[in-house]
Amino acid sequence: MTAPSTNTAKPATGIPALFKTAFINALVALVLFSLMVGIRTEAGSDGQLTYWTRFGELASLVGIVFGGSIVMELLRQWIGPTGTEKLVPPAIRSGMSFVGRYLAPALLIFTLLVPVIFYNQRYILDLAILVLTYVMLGWGLNVVVGLAGLLDLGYVAFYAVGAYSYALLATNFGWSFWVCLPLAGILAAFWGVLLGFPVLRLRGDYLAIVTLAFGEIIRLVIINWQSLTGGPNGVSGIPRPTFFGIPLDNSDDGLAAKLGIEYSSTHRIIFLFYLILALALLTNWVTIRLRRLPIGRAWEALREDEVACRALGINTTTTKLTAFATGAMFGGFAGAFFATRQGFISPESFTFQESALVLAIVVLGGMGSQLGVALAALAMIGGFELFRGLEGYRMLVFGMAMVLIMIWRPRGLIGHRAPTVYLTKAQAISSDLVKEGHG
Amino acid sequence: MSGDKTGDKILGVDRLTMRFGGIVAVQDLSFAAERTKITALIGPNGAGKTTVFNCITGFYKPTGGTIRLTHDDGRVIALERLNDFRIAKQAKVARTFQNIRLFPGMTALENLMVAQHNALMRASGFTLLGLVGAPVYRDAEKHAIDLATDWLRRVNLLDRADDAAGNLAYGDQRRLEIARAMCTEPALLCLDEPAAGLNARESAALSELLLSIRNDGTSILLIEHDMSVVMEISDHIVVMDHGVKIAQGTPREVRDDPKVIAAYLGTDEEEAAAVMEGGT
Amino acid sequence: MDYFAQQLINGLVLGSIYGLIAIGYTMVYGIVGMINFAHGDVFMIGGFIALITFLILVSLGLTAIPVILLVVLLVSMAITALYGWTIERIAYRPLRHSFRLAPMLSAIGMSFVLTNYSQVAQGARVKPIPPFITGGYTLHESTDGFVIQLSNIQIMVVLTTIVLLAIFTWLVSRTRLGRDMRACEQDQTMAALLGVNVDRTISMTFVIGAALAAVAGLMYLLYYGLVDFFMGFVAGIKAFTAAVLGGIGSLPGAMLGGLAIGLIETFWSAYFSVEYKDVAAFSILIVVLIFMPTGLLGRPEVEKV
Repeated sequence: MTAPSTNTAKPATGIPALFKTAFINALVALVLFSLMVGIRTEAGSDGQLTYWTRFGELASLVGIVFGGSIVMELLRQWIGPTGTEKLVPPAIRSGMSFVGRYLAPALLIFTLLVPVIFYNQRYILDLAILVLTYVMLGWGLNVVVGLAGLLDLGYVAFYAVGAYSYALLATNFGWSFWVCLPLAGILAAFWGVLLGFPVLRLRGDYLAIVTLAFGEIIRLVIINWQSLTGGPNGVSGIPRPTFFGIPLDNSDDGLAAKLGIEYSSTHRIIFLFYLILALALLTNWVTIRLRRLPIGRAWEALREDEVACRALGINTTTTKLTAFATGAMFGGFAGAFFATRQGFISPESFTFQESALVLAIVVLGGMGSQLGVALAALAMIGGFELFRGLEGYRMLVFGMAMVLIMIWRPRGLIGHRAPTVYLTKAQAISSDLVKEGHG
Repeated sequence: MSGDKTGDKILGVDRLTMRFGGIVAVQDLSFAAERTKITALIGPNGAGKTTVFNCITGFYKPTGGTIRLTHDDGRVIALERLNDFRIAKQAKVARTFQNIRLFPGMTALENLMVAQHNALMRASGFTLLGLVGAPVYRDAEKHAIDLATDWLRRVNLLDRADDAAGNLAYGDQRRLEIARAMCTEPALLCLDEPAAGLNARESAALSELLLSIRNDGTSILLIEHDMSVVMEISDHIVVMDHGVKIAQGTPREVRDDPKVIAAYLGTDEEEAAAVMEGGT
Repeated sequence: MDYFAQQLINGLVLGSIYGLIAIGYTMVYGIVGMINFAHGDVFMIGGFIALITFLILVSLGLTAIPVILLVVLLVSMAITALYGWTIERIAYRPLRHSFRLAPMLSAIGMSFVLTNYSQVAQGARVKPIPPFITGGYTLHESTDGFVIQLSNIQIMVVLTTIVLLAIFTWLVSRTRLGRDMRACEQDQTMAALLGVNVDRTISMTFVIGAALAAVAGLMYLLYYGLVDFFMGFVAGIKAFTAAVLGGIGSLPGAMLGGLAIGLIETFWSAYFSVEYKDVAAFSILIVVLIFMPTGLLGRPEVEKV
């Protein structure tokens, strides 16, 4: 927001100018939507393409743009050209940092209590598990993007490696979840190193496109290596997790029978909930811990200035590799969890959209901020869920939200960095100073 | 520290040549830097000084020639064969940059902690011991903080320890960068224009700092334009122009060398002499 | 040998389409330094607009093929260009001096918007058109009965690409706009100080890129005879791969990269396996970047210390 913005400095004042702007916008909208919305095409039963007109929809869309631009312009004049920063007075901002200090513990306590509060609400529990999965993925990717400043557009590949590792080991060899979980993490980390080794000397957008390509390669191989992965049909019948060997089912050996309580399918959901919570918290704990170790500081230093790192004797290649491998490992854990929760996986779950979603969570959260990432995951997945009924419009709204959020807060929700060590007092560092890395 | 060692060579550059495509930036340059002395590399803009630095510190691979670093214990390291980070890690050569390269989003203290990366990595058992919070690592970290605190005190930035490096004033950043280089506990400290952009008072403080670093036993190689600093603190000066060495000697010898004066200011000797006198 | 020649032709045609899209990526990257993730979807929109215009013209009873083609070309270029302009205006311009990841995320968001906008507006099903330009030449017939075909549509795709490239090269190297674009690429602040309208130049870059993508969309429609809302993603990634392969920021590089990707894909499908053609394209990208980190024609990045 400090950058000089060139577009908003319109001297549009007075009613005529207002209407002129709105009229131009409506005109642009009319041209844009004329064919795409005004005409609807469809392939008929005989394969012949037919079309019909929808001028009503076209007219209302153009009308919305017209009205919308008037409202926007009025709002802009009200608020003034200073943007959002001024909207929040310093008093409230310091109040927010006060809230911030207690927000994380409060959120954690609430999360721990979710299965108690919503015991019989399967839908909410499922949603909570989904949110936590993304919190974990976000925290995992945060190591790579937020701390080390390496742009990874193919994070979903490691999620896929983890999921398929568990699915294949469990269905082919009957290995238990608790053996496969670390293996899934190790395998994902291994793939991270394998990819990272040759490509980590690439910088910036070259690294981005190579990671994206890698993500696609993994997905395509999964689709096409049918004898191993089942191709597009996926792997089904993946064993459910056990409570350290005791199954959570209705049998005599099941946990419910052993504890002498009545069996309920909710038990398994609650177990899954605490399982992903534990995994996510492990990710968080390890990350926080690593940040305060030399390796974590080296990651952040790498993000700030790679050349200076080399001048200080830091091996940048291994430092990048460890960041990549650590992030990949957490992705692998999350993947194994995903597989055991779904009981079925297919390549459809591992598209670029997933990578983009996780990256959006990290960036929206405010790069490097653990709390920010958790809040962003909640907002994104929760918000996404709100539009479930809209089907086709869901991704449309999601995409628009991504654009608007970036314009509103390019630095993410939590825009400051906490130092990892201090002499007298830990002061938050403004995000304007924190670099975003080149790689 | 080791008085008997003074006088021997810590850095020997022999017939160093660096070409970029067809352009020869440094040609057959030979010079030596003595242990626990301050050696200055001066010359007009574009003389190739920073290129020499980049060759010594491993950012460029020299086209030809050798660069030898002799440690206290007699170990000789061929710097031209080591690449970037190993020069700082194994050969113990630290450097600063002409345009300051701190970690702006990290605090002053964190900057100095990053500089002790290799020592701390070893102490943290390459992260594993540190992760479980082993006492070995906690002691090492405490020691690292102490070292950093010492340096912050010496560069007069102790009260700014917890401020972001990017928020410090320009002169403070210059000194912090030197402190950061010193936290790697180097044998040879290479400074690329440390006085650039400093005012007279800050320059004087810088001279004092560099002298104290030298007196504590670290050899210094210095590129500098500020003649008042160079003439005041250097023990030995090497003058470059157009990629070749044109003169060397003590400050006094260099100051009076007509070739140096010509290189700096064409042939107007009187004016050039005035510049070479510097602020003294 | 004949089989090889046939594949060479097919690969060049496909490569031309990728190259046209890749130019849009490379131009935008050169001037604003961002990956315009929505560009693949702009190509898709171009294809849809061409389809709809075509449909209307045919239903109006027009039969003269050259007239239809010309109108379709102009309409789809114009409207798609406006899409490009609007996208830059809404999603990228407010973020121009922001932190590097913000415009990238905004672009990814924009790509989702466009994909789903066209799904919502035009439905999810594939839209086929009947073969429009038919016929061709048999170049060679071997003894075992294999024929090398060069269809009219293939000729048209390659010719259009060549003509467009000529116009485009002239635009960048000879006109005022091209000079402004190159100036902005070097240093926006300095260009602005010297009186270049940076905002307008950047807008024009997006407009030109989108117009070229629209041509690619039309070519795709004519060549494959169908469009669907999801085609922008894969084509976009491949075209971006082409741009990076050629050296991002370099215009001849984009075309060269496009041809390379087209040929790799075609030959891989012909001689090895169709299923792994994309894997081959991406793997070669990775390998090329490892050994030539700035692509085939990219300027080597000199590290300033």
